[in-house]
Amino acid sequence: MSLYYVQKFLYELNRSADLQAAYVSDRRSVLDGYTLSDEEIGALVDPDIGLLYVLGVNGQILMHFAAFHQIEWHDYLQRMRDGVDEHGPVREGVYAMTGRVGTGECG
Amino acid sequence: MPLVYAGVCSHAPGITGRKHLADPGIRDAFYAAFDDMRADLEASGAETVIVIAAEHFANFFMNNMPSFAIGMADFYDGPIEDSDWLGIDKFRAPGNRELSHRLISEIMQTVDVAYAEEWLLDHGIAVPLHFLTPRFDLPVIPVNINCQGPPLTPLHRAWTLGEALRRAADAVPERLAIIGTGGISHWPATPDSGKINVDWDLDFMDRWCRNDRDALLNYDDLTVYADAGQGGFEIRTFLAVSAAAGGAQGTVHFCEPIPIFAVSCTIASYDLGLLDI
Ligand SMILES: [Fe+2]
Repeated sequence: MSLYYVQKFLYELNRSADLQAAYVSDRRSVLDGYTLSDEEIGALVDPDIGLLYVLGVNGQILMHFAAFHQIEWHDYLQRMRDGVDEHGPVREGVYAMTGRVGTGECG
Repeated sequence: MPLVYAGVCSHAPGITGRKHLADPGIRDAFYAAFDDMRADLEASGAETVIVIAAEHFANFFMNNMPSFAIGMADFYDGPIEDSDWLGIDKFRAPGNRELSHRLISEIMQTVDVAYAEEWLLDHGIAVPLHFLTPRFDLPVIPVNINCQGPPLTPLHRAWTLGEALRRAADAVPERLAIIGTGGISHWPATPDSGKINVDWDLDFMDRWCRNDRDALLNYDDLTVYADAGQGGFEIRTFLAVSAAAGGAQGTVHFCEPIPIFAVSCTIASYDLGLLDI
């Protein structure tokens, strides 16, 4: 579990057109400089928005990654809900503060 | 010169980015309240606007997270987000490096702040500016309070920052406005996006209008998270404006939940009683 580096990669991706271009050309190799588990690498390469949410990525970072992948807003929200259904509650980070799992019905 | 304007407003990215998905009636009423806030800001004669926001990992990250940061540059580019996603074209807002330097020097007498000579504005400031200075022609000084990456800035420290901002503003000759942007209750960018605790919001804004320091500081992060979501952590920006307003009483001009914007969309201001200025 290295949530810090997952979020750091996404933070840098959100800020850098060069890193975005490198990610588009080879999603896996751009992750070489980050300390990540195989599960995290898979989630970033797929991308698996639901798993990234469960891993604890902050939505303020994750929503831009979803938009980068042309994932529409309501689809983005649904993918996080599906992620909780598939992988269980958020494991780490601010959303794990009280064990809430995110079962809202609003959009 | 004492502050000439003190207010707060929402900054959720959906306000501009998802405007086509909102009910037009409530959306346009909210936009009209923003127009009124712009008119009040212009009428105040403010020469520079200090915008206290809770930015969202645009410039500050957990590798070096400041509790407080203040911009010290002659311009600020934005939005950092994709323009199509946010619904705001790329812009360059003027700053005032020299004025920032003077303000920061005074603030540092009581509060340790980081300063930034480079700052890419995210929706926390870009959305308010889009409505309040639509031509991006009024100098802005961005201020950030860490409301995102725990451990968060303690509420009482946000209050102290607001007091220091007021003291610094009073010590310079320029006419300054101060605007806090953020929450109140919301669960932004999460599966609960759109959930809004209206009662909690109204109670908070009542405390804000009364400028009741004890009531405004009587929150803790776990309870705020449970009742108002992680977006509720952004009350720090509203608290700082309360402190800067120095006991002035406030008025809520608009506070209505708009779920597709993910928040009770809010416009409020303090009566600074500056009729003679
Ligand atoms: Fe925010």
